[in-house]
Amino acid sequence: MSQILDLKNWYLSNFKSFEHSLNGESNHPIHALRKQAIERFSELNFPTTHDEDWKYTNISSLLKYNFKPSVGRYKLKREQITSLLFGDMKCSLLVFINGHYSEALSDVKNFSKGIIAGSIEAELKNNSEILYKHFGKYADYKEQIFTALSTAFTKDGAFVYVPDGKIVEDPIHILFVSSSENENIISQPRNLFIAGKNSQVSIIEHYAALNEDVYFTNSVTEIYTDENAVVDYMKLQEESKKAFHVSRIEVSQERNSNFTSHSISMGSEISRNDINAKFNNDGGESTLNGLYILAGDQLFDTHTLIDHAKPNCNSHEHYKGILTDKSRGVFNGKVIVRPDAQKTNAFQENNNIILSDGALVNTKPQLEIFADDVKCSHGATIGRLDEDALFYLKSRGIGEEKSKIILLHAFASDIVKTIKVEAVKKYLEAILENRFQHE
Amino acid sequence: MLEIKNLHANIGNKEILKGINLKVNAGEVHAIMGPNGGGKSTLASVLAGKEGYVVTKGEVIYNGKNLLELSPEDRAREGIFLAFQYPVEIPGVSNTNLLKTALNEIKKYRGEEELDAMEFLTLIKQRMKIVELDQTLLSRSVNEGFSGGEKKRNEIFQMAVLEPKLAILDETDSGLDIDALRIVANGVNKLKSKERATIVITHYQRLLDYIVPDVVHVLYNGKIVKSGGKELALELEEKGYDWIKDPKELIEH
Ligand SMILES: Nc1ncnc2c1ncn2[C@@H]1O[C@H](COP(=O)(O)OP(=O)(O)O)[C@@H](O)[C@H]1O
Ligand SMILES: [Mg+2]
Repeated sequence: MSQILDLKNWYLSNFKSFEHSLNGESNHPIHALRKQAIERFSELNFPTTHDEDWKYTNISSLLKYNFKPSVGRYKLKREQITSLLFGDMKCSLLVFINGHYSEALSDVKNFSKGIIAGSIEAELKNNSEILYKHFGKYADYKEQIFTALSTAFTKDGAFVYVPDGKIVEDPIHILFVSSSENENIISQPRNLFIAGKNSQVSIIEHYAALNEDVYFTNSVTEIYTDENAVVDYMKLQEESKKAFHVSRIEVSQERNSNFTSHSISMGSEISRNDINAKFNNDGGESTLNGLYILAGDQLFDTHTLIDHAKPNCNSHEHYKGILTDKSRGVFNGKVIVRPDAQKTNAFQENNNIILSDGALVNTKPQLEIFADDVKCSHGATIGRLDEDALFYLKSRGIGEEKSKIILLHAFASDIVKTIKVEAVKKYLEAILENRFQHE
Repeated sequence: MLEIKNLHANIGNKEILKGINLKVNAGEVHAIMGPNGGGKSTLASVLAGKEGYVVTKGEVIYNGKNLLELSPEDRAREGIFLAFQYPVEIPGVSNTNLLKTALNEIKKYRGEEELDAMEFLTLIKQRMKIVELDQTLLSRSVNEGFSGGEKKRNEIFQMAVLEPKLAILDETDSGLDIDALRIVANGVNKLKSKERATIVITHYQRLLDYIVPDVVHVLYNGKIVKSGGKELALELEEKGYDWIKDPKELIEH
C-alpha cells in the first residue's frame, strides 16, 4: 500500500518538474485542464482486482515501477524504423519516439487545403480552435486514474483533422516507437482525430519497440466522427514483451457516421484496452474488431462499451484470441441500449483458442437493454484447436506444425480479412506466419 | 502393397478390431462390407493414423514399411489416402490452399519439384472435371456449407489431385444419388492402375456395379469373417447381414 502511495507521490512530484519544463506554456489554456487532472489524479486510486472492471487484471507489477516521463531527447535513424513500416505503402507517416513527435522521421503528404496530420504539441502552440473544441471532451478523466494521469501530462500525441467533405486518399500511419535504454520511461501520447461531415479517412495507430525494454505506454485517443463521416481506424499493438500498455479510445459518433476499428494486440506484458463508442445521433454504424495473440505470461484485457444512445444504429463487435503458455485474456463487452434507442442492431462475438493447459480466458458479455424493439446477440467460445480438422490436414500429407499454422491462420482470418488497408493486411499476415511457426 | 496381420485395436479400453488379416496387392480393388458398428471406419482410421486408437497386437506392412510407426502425414506422403466417411468442415481454409499445401508437402517429401501456380491450376482444373465439381467450390472453405454429395465428391477430387498409391474410401457412396454415385465411381476408376490399389468400404452392393472389386470382405465384430469374389456382394445384398452373424452359417459356407 505504502509503495503505491509512494508511486502516486512520485507522479505528483514529476508533475512539478513537468510544469517547470513547460516554461511560458503554463499560461496556456490547456494548463488549467492539466492542473484539474493532476488534482483528480491525487484523489483517485490505482485499480485493484477488487474493482469490478479490473477483476481479472492485476496490475501490481506495473505499479512496482517508478516510470519516468520521457523528455523527448531520443533520436532515431530512418533505417531503425523501416521494418515497422508497411512495405512501400503510400501513406502519410507520423512518427513519435517515446511519445514525442519526430519531424525528421515523419513524412506528411501535401494534403489538400485544411487537412491536418501532425502533432498535438504543434496544435497547442498554434492555439488551434478545433483542438480546444474537442480535446478532453470525450475521454473524461474524472473517474479513471490513467486518463487523469494522461490529461495531467498532456504534451504531445497525434492530431488529425479532416474538414467537412474532404477525403484523405492514403492512410495515415502513426508510429509510436519506444526506444530507451532500461530507463523505465512512461510515454503518454494524447491523440485526437476529428473527421468532419462527409469526410473520410483511414488511420493506423501503431505501437512498437526497438528493444525488449520495460516501459509504460499510457495512451488516450479521442475520435470524433461528424455526420456521415467514414473513419477506418486500426490500432496495432506490438510493444515490447516487457512493456505495459494502457490505452483508452473514445469514439463519439454523429448521425450516419461509420466507424470501423481493428485492434490487433500482440505485445506487452500487461495491456489494458478500453474502447468506447457512443452514438450521439441516429443512423450510426460502429464495428469493433480485434485479435489478440498471447504467449508467455502476457495478460491482455479489453473492455469495450458501445453506447446505443440513439435509435437506428448498428454495432458489430468481433474479438478473437489465440493464447498459449500461461497467458491470460480478458474480454468484457458491454452494450447499452438506452430507452430511446429503438431499432438498434448490436452483435457481439468473442472466440478464443487456447493452445496450452496454462492459458486462460475470462470473457463476459454485458448487455443492458432498455428499449424493446432491438436486435442484440452475443456469443463467446473458448476452445482448443479442432483435433478432427488437424487430423484431416495431416491425413492429406501436411505436417503437424504446418497444419496448426493453417488452422490458426484460418481462425484469425475472419478478423484479418476485414482489414481494409491491403498493405497492413500483408504486414500482419507476415507477422502471423512467424508468430505461429513454433506453436 | 498392404499386409495387415492379426491387427487388434482398442478405443479406450474397448477392443474394436479383434484380429484383422488382409492382403492387398497393387492393381487390386478390395471391397469391405459389413453391418454398422463392425469396425470398418475404425480400421480405416487406424490405417490413416488417427490418434485415440491403440494397436494392441499385430502389424501392418505397407510397401515394406512398418506403417504403424509412421505419422499420419508421412503415411499420406507415402501414398495413403483416406476418403472420410464424414469429411470435416474447416472454416477459413480454402480448398485450393489445402490442396496446394498438401501436394507440395508430399512432393517435398518425395524429393520432387514443387508445382508453380500455373501448373497447379492446370492440374486442379483437369481433375475437377473428373468429379464434375463446380469450380466455385475451390475458393470456398474446405467442406464448409457443402451438401453431403459435394463433400463426398470433394474427397474424390482431393484423391484425384494427390494420386495416392493406396486409397481407402470409407462409405463414400452413402447418401449419394445415382448420378453422384456414378461420378464418384468414375473418379475412382479413372485412377485405377497397376501400381495403385483401392479399398472400398461400403454398405451397399450398388456401388460395386460401378467399381468392380477383385475381392469382397465382410467385416463383422472386429474381424473379417468372410472373403470372396464380387458375387459375395450380391449374396449379401440378397440375404442381408444376419446370416453372417450366425457362426453356424459361416462354417457351412
Ligand atoms: N470414438 C469412439 N469411442 C468409443 N467407441 C467408438 C468410437 N468410435 C467408434 N466406436 C465403436 O467402435 C465400433 C466400430 O465402429 P466403426 O468403426 O465406426 O464401425 P463401422 O464403420 O463398421 O460402422 C462401434 O461399436 C462403435 O460404437
Ligand atoms: Mg463407418
